[in-house]
Amino acid sequence: MTVIVGPKTKPPEAIKDASMARQKQMVNAHYDRLASAKERGEKVAATFVPGNLNELLMCFDMVNNLPEVNAIQNGLRRQSGGYVMEAEKLGHSEDVCTYVKSDIGMMAKGNIGPNGKPLPDPDVLLLSYTGCFTFMKWFELLRRQYKCETIMFQTPYLADGRITKDMISYMVKQLRQDVIPKLERISGVKFDIDRLREYLRKSAKAEDDHVWVLQSAKHKPSPIDAYFGGIYYIGPIFGAFRGTDDAIEYYKFLRSEVEQRIAQGKGPVTPDGDMGQERYRLVVEGPPNYTNFRQFWKMFYDEGAVVVASSYTKVGGTYDYGFRHDPDRPLESLAEYCLNVYTNRNLPMRVDMLENYINEYEADGLLINSIKSCNSFSAGQLLMMREVEKRTGKPAAFIETDLVDPRYFSAANVKNRLESYFQMIEQKRAGFRGAA
Amino acid sequence: MRTFVGIDLGSTTTKAVLMDENKEVIGRGITNSRSNYATAARVASEEARIDARFTLFRRALHVGEAGHEHSAEFLAALERNFRLIQFLEQLDDLEETCHRQLEAERFKAVAGPLQEALHVIFARLREEAASLYAPGAKRKSDFFRDIAGSRFHVHAEAVAREMGIALEMVLNAYDKSIIEVENRPPGGELSEKFRRAVARMLAVDSHAADGEGDFAAMIESALGIELEETYLVGTGYGRVTLPFSKEHIRSEILCHGLGAHMMYPGTRTVLDIGGQDTKGIQIDGHGIVENFQMNDRCAAGCGRYLGYIADEMNMGLHELGPLAMQSNRPARINSTCTVFAGAELRDRLSLGEKREDILAGLHRAIILRAISIISRSGGVTDQFTFTGGVAKNEAAVRELRKLIQENYGEVTININPDSIYTGALGASEFARRAVAA
Ligand code: SF4
Repeated sequence: MTVIVGPKTKPPEAIKDASMARQKQMVNAHYDRLASAKERGEKVAATFVPGNLNELLMCFDMVNNLPEVNAIQNGLRRQSGGYVMEAEKLGHSEDVCTYVKSDIGMMAKGNIGPNGKPLPDPDVLLLSYTGCFTFMKWFELLRRQYKCETIMFQTPYLADGRITKDMISYMVKQLRQDVIPKLERISGVKFDIDRLREYLRKSAKAEDDHVWVLQSAKHKPSPIDAYFGGIYYIGPIFGAFRGTDDAIEYYKFLRSEVEQRIAQGKGPVTPDGDMGQERYRLVVEGPPNYTNFRQFWKMFYDEGAVVVASSYTKVGGTYDYGFRHDPDRPLESLAEYCLNVYTNRNLPMRVDMLENYINEYEADGLLINSIKSCNSFSAGQLLMMREVEKRTGKPAAFIETDLVDPRYFSAANVKNRLESYFQMIEQKRAGFRGAA
Repeated sequence: MRTFVGIDLGSTTTKAVLMDENKEVIGRGITNSRSNYATAARVASEEARIDARFTLFRRALHVGEAGHEHSAEFLAALERNFRLIQFLEQLDDLEETCHRQLEAERFKAVAGPLQEALHVIFARLREEAASLYAPGAKRKSDFFRDIAGSRFHVHAEAVAREMGIALEMVLNAYDKSIIEVENRPPGGELSEKFRRAVARMLAVDSHAADGEGDFAAMIESALGIELEETYLVGTGYGRVTLPFSKEHIRSEILCHGLGAHMMYPGTRTVLDIGGQDTKGIQIDGHGIVENFQMNDRCAAGCGRYLGYIADEMNMGLHELGPLAMQSNRPARINSTCTVFAGAELRDRLSLGEKREDILAGLHRAIILRAISIISRSGGVTDQFTFTGGVAKNEAAVRELRKLIQENYGEVTININPDSIYTGALGASEFARRAVAA
């Protein structure tokens, strides 16, 4: 039997800024709340990050459990390798999305959450379907396991690249006639639209600061890393905190932290401290690798490469394109939110977005991290890359890793390609100066 | 004279190129990479320096031009004598090292007879050395380890028998020493060795210089040209393990792109199949990389795959291509996965399929995978250049030509006899530019 072992010596503690420490507390508190939900008689809903309806679930006093986030946490903590193999033992193929296998493996091993306490069985699976077919099959598997109800909330795919009135009314109708009544029945709590409005108002407030932080990367040097740092910045807003005071506070705090960095002319914080000189500004497409997250990140900051914008930080909402949750149109804005998430966008929209990012953030080029086990992201990526290259004239490159399966991260291979890419940018710069 | 050095630390061989200010390659050197990249780099660049000296000699003697019709012969003779002197020097080193081994505790009881045996073996090695470097003599390899190793074994066996001592003991002393010697680049002043080579040649091979002016004086004046190593750039698999600073390192993708451009300025697409990875590279009219793709975590379809097949068939790596060339009906092998291909191979052999057909099919499988990598990098544009070790394999080249023709029509396909130096060439040009800029 192959055993995946972690490193023998612990790497030095990563340097964290105050907002990271704060977020860590929030996440821990949430997992504690989840673990003790049943004791307090709270109901638990499992749902996905893209299109998650946290505000709505809060209206029913439900606690939100996000299996992808669990997989990510387990990846960062080097638990996912074992879980993935466990799922394979149960018969799941090597090529299946490793979030799914990490989740299934965790269940098989007693469903112990990242805080070391068992996670509660969900009372409902809220399947907000936003572009990834895997979601459906994943919840089918969970439904079989937990024998609980599944609510299917269908988001029309933006195949033509635009949202129509019909789409919104179709979704609002589902909310009214199906999703809300079922949640009422399962939770025993009556739906109160004013309560929803209040949560949405809070969401919008946090979203403003969140967008401000993401856009701060337009500064030179960029005070943030919008990919590696970005996964921390999206945590609360994409997860179980949207609509809460906690989220408002967190983003206010984060914003002031970033403001300070700008004032001091500083670059992003990395696990090894402040980043050195900014040499390359990149736009990145595709999810990161979590099992070797720090090593992966280091390959960038060691070379002075900072990610100024990424599509991944839009999987839970494209707020920087102007969308805000709207208390005046509560159900409509929930629908719009789901329609707008990155996975629900067609390829031309994704290309436009990447092109805009390169221009707006004055990036040197596009880097694609193609995820072996995520077909939703990977299909069409090379075509997107070519198109963005053509439109912007900036160099692009392609690397391949996986989400949470440590067997598919080859450091030498990734590093080789990254270094080549950085030097390619360098060479282009020299070339454009005519010094070939 | 200012020179610029490029070193390509490949996983199996390390290559060095020395370039002058006019972008002309004046020296090339190659050695096996061993486990010690630092030594490999030193040895390869020493080889390139030696080669550069011969270039200077050739220039001084106007080889090929009127008036010096014997100079080519003279230089060949000089090279043989130089190599011999080098060989003898390393032999001395090896002998000394072997004797030092005998001081170890476990040899104590037999140190006397062993010492005696070593003396005899090395005397015989020295005696036959000149014949190894005689005109027309064929050497299987130019690496000291290979030549000394095979001859040492022959003599050791005989001597052990004659003296009635255990062969393993002798071989043991040798095994311990050869690694040390191999990891110690030949010492001593190069110019001195050349002078000794000239002297030896005039004494032994003098007819080579018959009637054609004062060669020795010309050599002496060429030796007077100082080869200043202005800047060095390293690339390849082992680049990061070298004590180079960042400014002295370039990725092999960029180096192969630029190197291919220098060999063939019209090149737009480059395929490099190395030991560990395969790369498809697109470059512009200045040799600047526009795009590249390489194999992912799975290294199937790389040079190593052929090595595996050779082991599986109990053949030498270099025998694969020629055998595959004998096939007119390549087997259809779909798997580029090394392990699967091994299984298919055994399966087909047991079904009585011809070895050459299977081998041809395997070559095709490798190239199919390379074609997929190239197409992901942007396809093939005229001209196309094939570099890396596998470019020497004619069966692979045949499949490549066929598949390129099928997929992309008529394009010029370049394969340079010095293609193994492509990466080092690009690196040396980066070194030159670093100073010129
Ligand atoms: S989008 Fe990719 S990573 Fe996310 S669930 Fe679908 S397949 Fe898995």
